[in-house]
Order: sequence, then structure tokens, then C-alpha cells
Amino acid sequence: MSETSSSVVESPPRELPPMVYREPTLSERFFDRFFRGLTWGLAWMTVVLVVGMVVLISVDAWPTLRDSGGREFYSVVWDANRNEFGILTHIWGTLYSSLLALLLGGTLGVAVAIFIAEDFLPSKIRLFLKNLIELLAAIPSVIYGLWGIHVVIPALRAGLHYFPSLLADFSGPSMLSASLVLAIMILPTVTALSRDALESVPPRLREGAYGLGATRWETIRKIVLPTACTGILGAIILAFGRALGETMALAMLVGNSTARDNPLSFNPLLPGQTLAALLANNFPEASDPLQVGALMMAALVLLLITLVVNLFGALIIWRASAQFQGLRS
Amino acid sequence: MSTIPLDEPSERPFEEAIDFDYSLTRWRTLFNLLLTGLSGLATVVALIPLISVLYMLVSHGLARLTEVSVFTALPPTGKDVGGGFGNALQGTLVMVAVASLLSVPFGILVAVYLAEFGKDSTTASVVRFAAKILTGLPSIIAGVFAFAILVMHTGRSSFAGGVGLAVLMLPTIILTAEEALLQVPRKMREAAYGLGCTHTQVVLRVVLPTAIPNIVTGVMLGVARAAGETAPLLFTAAFSYFWLNKLMQPTASLAVFIYRYSGVPYERQVELAWAASLVLVTLVLTINVLAQLITRRAHAHR
Amino acid sequence: MSPALTTDDIIINAKIHKLFYGNFFAVRDTHLAIHHNKITAFIGPSGCGKSSVLRCLNRMNDLVRNFRVEGSVFFRSKDIYAPRVDPVAVRRHIGMVFQQPNPFAMSIFDNVAFGLRLHGMTRDLADRVELALRRAALWDEVKNKLKQSGLALSGGQQQRLCIARAIAPEPAVLLMDEPCSALDPIATGKIEELMKDLKSRYTIVIVTHNLQQASRVADMTGFLYVDTKQGGRTGYLVEYDRTEAIFQDPRDPLTRQYIAGAFG
Repeated sequence: MSETSSSVVESPPRELPPMVYREPTLSERFFDRFFRGLTWGLAWMTVVLVVGMVVLISVDAWPTLRDSGGREFYSVVWDANRNEFGILTHIWGTLYSSLLALLLGGTLGVAVAIFIAEDFLPSKIRLFLKNLIELLAAIPSVIYGLWGIHVVIPALRAGLHYFPSLLADFSGPSMLSASLVLAIMILPTVTALSRDALESVPPRLREGAYGLGATRWETIRKIVLPTACTGILGAIILAFGRALGETMALAMLVGNSTARDNPLSFNPLLPGQTLAALLANNFPEASDPLQVGALMMAALVLLLITLVVNLFGALIIWRASAQFQGLRS
Repeated sequence: MSTIPLDEPSERPFEEAIDFDYSLTRWRTLFNLLLTGLSGLATVVALIPLISVLYMLVSHGLARLTEVSVFTALPPTGKDVGGGFGNALQGTLVMVAVASLLSVPFGILVAVYLAEFGKDSTTASVVRFAAKILTGLPSIIAGVFAFAILVMHTGRSSFAGGVGLAVLMLPTIILTAEEALLQVPRKMREAAYGLGCTHTQVVLRVVLPTAIPNIVTGVMLGVARAAGETAPLLFTAAFSYFWLNKLMQPTASLAVFIYRYSGVPYERQVELAWAASLVLVTLVLTINVLAQLITRRAHAHR
Repeated sequence: MSPALTTDDIIINAKIHKLFYGNFFAVRDTHLAIHHNKITAFIGPSGCGKSSVLRCLNRMNDLVRNFRVEGSVFFRSKDIYAPRVDPVAVRRHIGMVFQQPNPFAMSIFDNVAFGLRLHGMTRDLADRVELALRRAALWDEVKNKLKQSGLALSGGQQQRLCIARAIAPEPAVLLMDEPCSALDPIATGKIEELMKDLKSRYTIVIVTHNLQQASRVADMTGFLYVDTKQGGRTGYLVEYDRTEAIFQDPRDPLTRQYIAGAFG
């Protein structure tokens, strides 16, 4: 389209009148102003949305926080009937389940990223594998929850059958079941971002190592991974942020209860609670303003934790992209 | 100081026995093979859940889908063995449509500002930062937001659900649309400027039409994400056993339907949850594949 | 052949009949013998396959998917393309320096020690590192900052660091793929001096697009040219002889034309 119009400018055919440049009319100028203003206004609306979200949630959380003086943060009892809204167990459960998932999904995800990013297989097969892993990310989390209930928990129970002492503790829905499913859900994030980091390692560094007689894995372990480690760390932190905020799989698999005598347990076979699952389970029935306020406070805590983790991860990835400056081109 | 003098002849005699042969008795070679095997195994392990999920979807869900009534019937109550997810399908479509109507024009215009008018301004970097924060927002917080701004005043409604989904779609649309606009070649803009167009006319007549295929891809990815979301709907649109007549009513959705029927003790109803899951996954994957096809065709035309 | 060159001191004997990258027929009929403790240069226009031939000599080409070669490359009495050969073991004896300096993101010391540690040569590690840096004529410039990152050095220093890294594990042959193309004339001069010093100890094969450089440093020179007659762009060895012969009295008219064009 542009090609034709510019060629018309250069050499107008005889029959047509020559192209005349003209100033924009007044109404065109007005519309230009209006349209620029509109996009500018909407752009700021995005910022207002983010800030407004934090403010709105804070305002709704404030009455509860003011009345209790913040004892929610060290109380382990959530009992709406007694107006007790302790969220320490939920904060603990959120961090614990996410870390456990990160341990499993992160390790596996980085290994998969290496297998796909390094030249083990012909590029067509690698592309196919990459698409399959991305398919994992396309499955809605509620379906992972359903799968967890009907596949993972029965499988775990069958596996634990050989360890009767452990089976006694196992309650079905538990930190372990939830973290296993969570690990699968964060794996595509870890793999995709780690792959980016691995592929951004300059090929000549690999060549240098191969030229010295390094094997493939010596090259990966001693050159590629140390060079890509900042980016991989960023990938893992962003995946952690995702795990912290994940709701459905947790709400369906984590059990949503804790033992009174041992609310902050390390035992992954026991059920637990998380902030996001707390919101999912209690908001639908919440009507009492005090309870809504407490839930808003839990939402605020979740929002702030994920915000800090995500910013940190983004910062690290940004740092990673600026690290090859000494390598002359 | 060096104990090896510079001029000492090299320790390697000219005709040293050289062993080039590939041998697993060499520790390094064995270790190399071992790690390759382990990383390959990790990839296989990572794919097992995918295969298992797909298998369960087909083996448990497909049977019920052959009964056409599941697409038109209302959800089962009590120990019903029949029923379907007709109203849930309707609810999902309505809410995704509401979310798209809210977020697509908004997102594209913001992207126009970022890619065209604002570019390197402070406003643009603040807005990009806000969009990135929204990308990492836990989906349930979008629900809490819709709850705080709408449900607390007007009650649960499909509209509130749509607002929650719109918050989640917005960053995807802004960031992909900005990317799409930036890909429009400069010579196209220059040609339009050369004809005396205002910046707005250049954007509306040249840049946007050229970028449309890639913007559509971004929108579709946003839609695919929104269609599968459950958390923001749980306490905004909630659930309903009836058809949706008015936008300001609670409504069912496929995602919440699956959640509700995932743990019920009746085999037939769990099967219905699997059937709904199969429909939802098919929907999401179809949108994803279409989005990729559009990008590929757009690139083929360049 | 000059009487000074006997078949006894041939360290690499390459007979490359056909070299492919996928369907691309890159090099044909390139047969040459590399002599011990000599500098051999490959010259020729870009795209003539001189780097491809060089990368055949230590099986670096194996890292390119769909690479295929017909022929043999004997390192002393062993064919490095024989079926059971491990390319990794080959590269320990035939080291390589690349076009772009590629120091690893680690300290100067660790860069040089990298190959030594890889091959378990960790006895007297510090002495060996010092020796390699002295041989690479870099020691005096870096002896007080061995802990600093190799990336903090200048381009010429980085390339000498890469040479030190390559010679530290005592390879028999050092392949250099246009080692000066990213460097300024002063740094280039230093590297050329260095090559002459190193040849008493190592056999050097260098690819260069700079004919003056070949005439300055090389004992033997091979001229490759690209054959476009059959539709493809297949390179082949036109002439291989002592450097003086190639530059002063080439036998092949193509060589004469190329040398005259470059100097005239």
C-alpha cells in the first residue's frame, strides 16, 4: 500500500493531476488532539487501576486491622464465629507449598530447559517438545485441581501403601498433593524463561570450551549454566511468584485445615491452608463486614508478597540481560 | 616463581600413544552420558502429567459428550444422574465477551499511546510498569478487586465476573498490541506522513490496520486465558443452576462448574465435570492454535 | 616440495573429499599435509571454505547439526574420523583459538586453568598457568590482577588470554580461525610475533583473510577458491606449497590472479 502511494508521489501518471501536499484541516487537527488525549488518559487509567486496586483493598481491610491491632499476623486461629481471623497458618502454608513446588518443579523445569535448549536432538523434535511443555501452561488450573483429586491423590495413596507408618499421617488432600500439582503448573514458566537464559549465552563461549576438549556436559556445567544462572534464578523467582498466587489447585488439593496442636507443620503429608485458598473458600459465603475486612487483609498480604517477589524476579532478569558487556563484538 | 622453565621441552614426546577412542571406562565420558540420560528422563517425567491429564479428559469426559443434552441441560442437583452444563457454557461465553468488550478497546488504545504517542516518555514507562505488575497479579486478586468495586454494592453478577476477567486480560492485550504496533515498518509510516497525514490519521489508517493480525493474536491469547480462569469468578459471578437472563445476575461458568462438581461423591456428576473440562480445554487450545495460525499467516504475507 | 620438508614430520594429513552442511556442498577435494612445528596458513576469498577445513582438523564441525564429511584426517597415525573416535579426546590434542576473543566470564587465572582442570592436570596448577601466560606474552600485563575477570581486558589482551588458555593443556596443534580479524594493527602485530615464538613448541594452522599476514608468519600456505561453476558455492584447495612459492611463483593461474589482485 505504501509502495504504491510513494511511487505515485514520485512520478504521477500523465492523466492524473499532480499530488498536492496540504495542511491538515482544523477538524483533523482537533481530532488528532482529541485522540492523543484519549490514549494518554486511558494509559494513565492503567496506573490508576493498579494503584486503585491496592487502595481499595487496603481501605476495606482497614477496619478489621484497626479493631484487632494486627493480631491476625501472629494468630493461627481462623474462626469466623468467634471473630478470630488469624492468617499466620495461611502465610506459612502459602510459602511452604510454594517452596516445595519450586523445589520439585524448579529442578525438573531447569533440567527440561537444558534438554530442549542444548543441541541434544534435531531442531524439529526440540520444537515439538517445547510446544508440548507450553501445552502444560495452557491447561486451566481448575482442571489440574480435578486431575489432582482423581489421579494424584489416589496415586500417592497407592504409593504410600508400602510405607504404613507414613500412610497413617496421609490425609489425601495435603501439602504434598497440592505441591506436586503446583510443581507441574509452574514447570512451563521455569522452562520457558530458563530456555531464554540458556539460549542467550553467546555461542562462542560454548565453542571456546569445546575447543579445549570439554565434553558437552562439562561445557554446560562449567560455562553455560554459570553464565545463564542469573537468568535462571530470575525464572525461578518469577515461577515462585506464580506459585504463591495460584488458587484453584491449592483450594482443591491442600485440605484447607490444620491440626490445632501443630498449625505450622513441616510434614507435607498433612493438610494445610494458603492465603489464596482461604480467599477462594471464604469469600463466596462472606457477608459479615468484619470477616470481609479480614479477607481483604489476607488479599492485601498476598498481593504485597507476590508483588515483591515478582519485582525482584523482574529485576534479576533485567540484570541478567546486561551482563555480557565485556565480551567485545 | 615458576618451577617449569620456559625453554624446557614439552613433556609430550612426539610419538606418544594417543587414545582417541570413545570409551565408557573414561569417567568423563560416562558422566556425560549419565547426565544426558537424566535430563532426557526429566523431560519424559515432565510430560507424564500432560499425557495423564489428556488421557483422563478423553477417557472420562468423552463418553458424556456424546449425549448432546449435556450442552443444553441445566446442572444436576442432589443425586441427579442427568443434567449438563448448558448454562455454564453460556455464562463463560457471556463473561468472556463482557471482559473482551471492556479490555480490548482499552488495551489497544493504551498500546497505541505506548507505541506511538508516548514512546520514551515517563508516562509510558510508568504505564508499562503498571502493565507488568498486572501480568504477575494472582488471578484471585482480580476477583477480590471486582468484589470490592462491584459485588459489595450491586451483589454478585456476571458483569462483575466479566470485570474480574477483564483485569486479567488487560496486560496481555496491552503488551502484545504494543509489540505488534512497533513491528510496523517505518517506511509505511513515513509514506503516510509524506502525504500530509496527522499522527492520528497515520495510526488509524496505516499502523493499526497493518498491525491487526498480531493484535488479534494477543487478544485471542488473552481470551484463552480468561476462559479458563476460575478464581476471579468464584465470588463475583459465583454459580447458578439456571439460565442467565440479565447481566446483573449471578451465573455459572464452565470453570466454576468443574470446581463445584470435582469432589462430589456421585460418579455421573464427576463425569460431567470431566466432560466440561474437555470442552474447556478444547476451547482454550483451539483459540491458542488459531492465534498462532493468524500470526504465521500474517508473517507469510510480509 | 622443498627438500627441507620430509614426510616424517607430517603431523596432520587431511584428505577431505567432500564436506557437506545438510544439502550444502561446502568443500571438495582438499588434500593437504600439516608439518610439525611449522605455521600453515589457509588463504582465499570469503566463502571458500577455509574455516570449514580448519574446523575439520579437530572435529569442531561435529557441533554443527547435519555436518558430514567424506575423507580422512590423520593425526599422526590415527584417523580422527574413524568410527570409534571420541571428538572430545581429539580436541584435547588439537586446540583452537577463535575469530572473536571468547574469554569465559571468570577470572584470568580460572580462564587459563580451565583446560588444565578439565584434563586433570592440576599438579603445579599455578606454575602451569604462569607458564601459559608467559608463552602467550601476557604475563607481565596481568600478573598483578590474575583474580580479575577476563572480560575486563582489552580486545588484544583477551585474544592472547584465549591463546594462553588454548596452549595451557599442551596441545600438539593449535588451530587459529582468523585470530586477528577483531583486533587493531598493534594487537595484531603482537599476536603475529607470538605465533612465531610458539611454533618451536606447537604446530600452528591459521586461517586468515589477510594475505600480508600469511606472507609474514606462515611457512606453508594453502590457497582455497570457491567454485561456482556447478551452481553451488563449493570451495576447494587450488594450491598448497611453501609460502615463498605461493607468493612469488605460484603455479596455478588462479592463485597468481588472487595474489596479484590483493597486492596490486
